[in-house]
Amino acid sequence: MIPYISNTEEDQKEMLKEIGARSIEDLFDSIPQNLRLKIDLNLPSSLSEMELVNELKGLSGKNAHLDEYVSFLGAGSYDHFIPSLVDHLSSRSEFYTSYTPYQAEASQGMLQATYEYQSLICELFKMDVCNASLYEGATALVEAAVLAHRINHGRKVLLAKSLHPEYRQVLTTYIKKTLGLSIIEVDYENGVTDLAQLKERISNDTCCVVIQNPNFFGCLEKVNQIEEITHQAGSLYIVSVDPISLGILIPPGEYNADIAMGEGQALGGKLNFGGPCLGIFTAKKEFLRKMPGRIVGETTDKGGRRGFVLTLQTREQHIRRERATSNICTNQALNALRAAIYLSTLGEKGLAKVAHLCLQKSHYAAKRIYQIPGFEPTFRSPFFKEFAVRCPVSPGKINKLLWDNKILGGFDLGRFYPELENSLLFSVTEKRTGEEIDKLTLLLEDMV
Amino acid sequence: MREPLIFEKSRPGRRGCSLPACDVDKENLKKLIPKKYLRQGGLGLPHVSEPDVVRHFVRLSQQNMGVDTNFYPLGSCTMKYNPKINEDIANLPGFTRVHPYQPQVSVQGTLQLLYDMEKLLCEISGMDRVSLQPAAGAHGELTSLMMIKVYYEDKKEQRDTVLVPDSAHGTNPASSGLCGFRVIEVKSNQDGEIDLDDLKDKMSERVAVLMLTIPNTLGLFERNILEIAEIVHHRGGFLYLDGANLNALLGIVRPSDLGIDIMHLNLHKTFSTPHGGGGPGSGPLGAKEKLAPYLPLPMVEKDKKGYYLDYNRAKSIGKVRSFYGNIEVIIKAYCYLRSLGKKGLKKISHNAVLNANYLMERLKNYFYLPYDQPCMHEFVLSGVEGKMKDVRTLDIAKRLLDFGFHPPTIYFPLIVKEALMIEPTETESKETLDAFVSSMIQIRKEIDEDPSLVKQAPHNLSIGRLDEVKAAKELKLRWKEKKSGD
Repeated sequence: MIPYISNTEEDQKEMLKEIGARSIEDLFDSIPQNLRLKIDLNLPSSLSEMELVNELKGLSGKNAHLDEYVSFLGAGSYDHFIPSLVDHLSSRSEFYTSYTPYQAEASQGMLQATYEYQSLICELFKMDVCNASLYEGATALVEAAVLAHRINHGRKVLLAKSLHPEYRQVLTTYIKKTLGLSIIEVDYENGVTDLAQLKERISNDTCCVVIQNPNFFGCLEKVNQIEEITHQAGSLYIVSVDPISLGILIPPGEYNADIAMGEGQALGGKLNFGGPCLGIFTAKKEFLRKMPGRIVGETTDKGGRRGFVLTLQTREQHIRRERATSNICTNQALNALRAAIYLSTLGEKGLAKVAHLCLQKSHYAAKRIYQIPGFEPTFRSPFFKEFAVRCPVSPGKINKLLWDNKILGGFDLGRFYPELENSLLFSVTEKRTGEEIDKLTLLLEDMV
Repeated sequence: MREPLIFEKSRPGRRGCSLPACDVDKENLKKLIPKKYLRQGGLGLPHVSEPDVVRHFVRLSQQNMGVDTNFYPLGSCTMKYNPKINEDIANLPGFTRVHPYQPQVSVQGTLQLLYDMEKLLCEISGMDRVSLQPAAGAHGELTSLMMIKVYYEDKKEQRDTVLVPDSAHGTNPASSGLCGFRVIEVKSNQDGEIDLDDLKDKMSERVAVLMLTIPNTLGLFERNILEIAEIVHHRGGFLYLDGANLNALLGIVRPSDLGIDIMHLNLHKTFSTPHGGGGPGSGPLGAKEKLAPYLPLPMVEKDKKGYYLDYNRAKSIGKVRSFYGNIEVIIKAYCYLRSLGKKGLKKISHNAVLNANYLMERLKNYFYLPYDQPCMHEFVLSGVEGKMKDVRTLDIAKRLLDFGFHPPTIYFPLIVKEALMIEPTETESKETLDAFVSSMIQIRKEIDEDPSLVKQAPHNLSIGRLDEVKAAKELKLRWKEKKSGD
């Protein structure tokens, strides 16, 4: 008995009779006998709902989770507050059990919500156009570089070393294996992109310059100077941003980014061990027709009523096939919906407040930690919600002690940056209380 | 009534969320961040109250059809019922509240689940290894093509071509194009299957891979698959399976037994995870021995100490996304597989194929069935045959909405004119199928008696037929605040 199947034996008999077949097996006649499995697959037996819950609770119970541990870990995946509305509203099954809205009249809810998502992100980023979502931050960056190459055919991608290491790895995999472009990294100086080196390495065949702001170390890049250098060389300017930071920081549209993208998990998305996420993708309007991904547009019905449809589909794989601007089909629509609900719920004042809380609390934490003898700032550049600390003891030891005290410590930068082997990257979101920060600093004091 | 945009509900002074006061010593903002880095002016977000937001999105949801509200026979998309318990389980804090960089010893439950899931998918597909990382089918395709490219570079073979059947999903050629391959189409024969002579003509030492969908997008099993595999393998190429249509074959045929070398599975189709209005999905990528070493980083492994993420794979193409995959989706699919077990799996395909054949049998006297033979999990009708009085497939689709049905996939596959691609899935009851048939018959009658009724549809929704041409011409892609004087 499978509760997900409605057909009774009686139904099956009637249906077979209508078809003119004797048995269900007959319907598989087109599969040559020699290709069919002769035995049952070696899979576990079926579980009832109760058994399933018990088994899976057992598995989830083997994970330590952040309702039990206080997290100071970020590095691309953030523990921000999620208002209750986000789960309630995105759990409406009219939304989550629907498909891509090909049939617009049957999908006005999802289409309007996606249009609102595009509008909210355009406002926040101060960019002209936004698509309906890509998979996640790193692949959104790949699409950005592909778009840049399609625009100016440059053969070199300049990549700030202060960009998330996994993004750099993913970009390298794709760019080398698909377009065959070369990738040149630009070092950091005091936690931000080294402008002198950028100037040195940029040339007229540079397709694009890619930075992250705030960057992987939490530091604020010199976005205006980088813009000048990039555009003077005739390259395109790609910026990966943390959308939460835009509650307080200058948006990429205002420092003339050509393509601004980012990881949108922070906008109402759960941690989920790193996925699903939300690839945000925005660009200047002149690049619209070369953009990847679905785009929702406004139109009217014959009665003049406003409605929404998928538009500019001639860019897409199901129409353009091998000449499509991207191969993306399934995207992250539900995560975009969550972002739209999140941004609507927090609103103008709420998001600004979240950003201010992150800023103040992270600076309070940094100040306290830097006061402990032996703990020093790795960099002295302005930062938003993450900061690096050079530690007198190995990061592994520190994190072990913190873990034993129910704290998830910072990210060990040595994993990706051998030259930073004693530095920890702490992340402080609006969720962290003064008390939790004080506990963290007390524990660190005990280390020395 | 149409729901206004959330921006149009905005009234300064309203708040949708309360946040705590700052409980640490505050610094002067300008001391922390240089002024040039600060945002000047507003964020552009709305000011709405909590009930405003709730009513807004609930109303929007009411203007959306989903599997939970309507029959949704969208061909090639496998819109089956999405079990609720799987949503609950994936929502346990032990799964949702784990950070991708927390110590691996502290996330053994998820790692074990991923490890076991790989084993289940290996057993179902017959592949040697499966990477759970791709976020969608197309992501799996692109990943596989990069792997194949590197494989041939290692072998020092120059292969720059991908073959795809003319009935293929658009993502197959799109992924190939993006990966820098030349794409050549292989024709279908009059039975709707691969034309072997055409394949032989086009197969060469330049071809890296043939991408196939089985059953194909006409809902037909490639009966000559072993010959196809022989033709491709003989010239040193690989056979890729687009697993979008696996719902027909669970426990009945194992792709590896068909000569498949590498394939993706769609957890959001075959394995019941919800489509989410377009995503997130999950497109695990399985490979046989030759290509498995090239799968992306990391894989989940197990040793005496427990489960761990293995980055030590010399031949891997590297990382293809940040972190490890759409974990939440994978958890739901794992729950589905464990609920079904080995016996259940087969029943899925049995009933999917039964439902499709029943619908086809009942509809074929009213609509033209270009490939009149037993189908697998889906079938394709053509809306053009007979005296349809200029009524197009699009009109039929829109009219179905009036009867409370989400339309089938239309205008795909491209090799059938005015195609209506119908996939009922196993979870629909006979009563639902019968009601759908009645509506289709009714529409067929209307086409003869009152075609304008069909051509003007839909009539019963909150909105009439939308003008897609206008949308593409005027390009309003976002809300913008009206400036005074506008």
